[in-house]
Amino acid sequence: MEALYATTVGMLTACSIYLILRGRSFPIVIGITMLSYAVNLFLFSTGRLVMNELPIIGNQANYTDPLPQALVLTAIVIGFAMTAYSIILAVRVRGELGTDEVNEPNTSDAEGQR
Amino acid sequence: MLTQHLVILPLLIPMVTALLQLLPWGENPQRYRRALGMLSCTLLIVCAIFLLNESASAPLVYALGSWQAPYGIVLVADSLSSLMVLLTAVLAFPVLWFACYGEDNLGSHFQALFQFQLLGIIGAFLTGDLFNLFVFFEVLLISSYALLMHGGGKLKLRATLHYVLLNLTGSAVFLISLGVIYGITGTLNMADLAIKIAALEGDNASIARAGGLLLLIVFALKAALLPLYFWLPQAYAMTTGTVAALFAIMTKVGIYAIIRVFTLIFGDDAGAAALLGYDWLWWLGLGTLAIGAIGVLGSRDLRLVISYLVVISVGTMLTVFSMNSERSVSAVMYYMLHSTLITAALFLLVDVIAKQRGKTASRIIKGRRMAQHAALGIMFFIAAIAIIGMPPFSGFIGKLLILEAARTGAQVALLWPLVLGSTFLVMIALSRAGSRMFWHTFDGKPGDVTHPQSQLIPIGMLLAAIIGITVFADVINQFIERIAYDAMHPAAYIDAVLGGQHVK
Repeated sequence: MEALYATTVGMLTACSIYLILRGRSFPIVIGITMLSYAVNLFLFSTGRLVMNELPIIGNQANYTDPLPQALVLTAIVIGFAMTAYSIILAVRVRGELGTDEVNEPNTSDAEGQR
Repeated sequence: MLTQHLVILPLLIPMVTALLQLLPWGENPQRYRRALGMLSCTLLIVCAIFLLNESASAPLVYALGSWQAPYGIVLVADSLSSLMVLLTAVLAFPVLWFACYGEDNLGSHFQALFQFQLLGIIGAFLTGDLFNLFVFFEVLLISSYALLMHGGGKLKLRATLHYVLLNLTGSAVFLISLGVIYGITGTLNMADLAIKIAALEGDNASIARAGGLLLLIVFALKAALLPLYFWLPQAYAMTTGTVAALFAIMTKVGIYAIIRVFTLIFGDDAGAAALLGYDWLWWLGLGTLAIGAIGVLGSRDLRLVISYLVVISVGTMLTVFSMNSERSVSAVMYYMLHSTLITAALFLLVDVIAKQRGKTASRIIKGRRMAQHAALGIMFFIAAIAIIGMPPFSGFIGKLLILEAARTGAQVALLWPLVLGSTFLVMIALSRAGSRMFWHTFDGKPGDVTHPQSQLIPIGMLLAAIIGITVFADVINQFIERIAYDAMHPAAYIDAVLGGQHVK
């Protein structure tokens, strides 16, 4: 199970890094979303992978660590809000600038043209 | 009762204020929102002074929900945190005052976002838990995303997009590093981590080192260290003056986080992970310093010049910090106070100058006379002297402390030429900008945009604060030396948080 889990996280991360390094905002946003999935899975595994156990100490010999689950929950909520914001922002940039290139291809020097 | 809950007050004040400001206040809401905002900033200053006073002898620990560390989340106010909270409050008051003259009408909910921003910054200074630090980073980031766009405009939008995407990636890296550290140590409480990491050996220590270096990447992104600083000049130069002035504290949050984590957890006593990343900080800091100086000289816009001055100050502070002595930490702290206040003053000042000059704005070219030419000229002159680091203002004392902190021959040989050389370049750039904008003006009638005298008062206040930390440099320095001692000897902090129950 560990190998499958680790491969999944690794694949997700590798794909997301590829996407983040693109020059257009849409793939970057998708990449960041994927990276946050990978991170959530990774965080979840930091309490070690345990099957069919309760997150309570004392009642049984083995238990699963509840803290990473709480951390993942927080990270999911925050990541969700941030993804929503970045999508809206990317759409606005696309609307106002007419392109979703992250850097403007033609004019590189925009100094003092506020 | 009040002293018991004093630690959480600096968080509650901006949060409650922001929520109140979001209420529908009728036909003309801005009046009430401004009054609430100013009240909150005043209360914050009072509160921060009390906090500084109370935490001077021993760190104050506040266990949220009475869950004791290391199981619950704690807020810790030692003198370093309290000083940073006070600095934030002292910065926020004039900046908000300046914003209340119409700047806050450019977009909706500026006032509430401002308070949420303060909440995030102060939370990052006060928390004693690494995951909580991540949460407060997100709070300050999401309000900064909105503030950075305040006022709208195409170029602002693009700069914000870069800033948002970079920081989202940064947040992901932050979570990965937290996961790595938690997976090895089973705790995220900073004091507990200090003990657990020091006890690690072999492979586990290597993984913890990897986690620590990932943390350093995140903090360096916030602080704008060399390979990760590219977002800063555009973002700061494109946004409005008030927001840029408030953001003067943002890079310092990154530097604070580096000082806190890398003295407490990865300090001298951290066993196999001791002094993690210090050599990286030294070289990258020096590089940042050099790049910043080149940027200052190459910019054709005064806003961009000041943005690069922020980059220089970051480079200076992190280089000095990496020398890892009490003397260097206290030099960093003094320079941090100085550079935050003076950068904010300059951003506000340039905003006024740009508006009064009209079409030429803040570009460093010949333009028409400004309506309040003399007053602005004098303020720019004072601010420029202070940030260059010439006597008699605090910049001079700050640079003196920094130069003095370098002790070994190798440190002196690299630090002195770079600090003094960058000072020289900054002096050239600012005197060129000053003479172009204030002396080489077109003849004929001056511009007709004037700012009310009372709007210039906040800039005066920031400059007065600069003069204040110059006059009381000795008192401040004694206080800061104690902070530096505590930072280099974290045992008192650890004892305070864990209640002395741990075995060393």
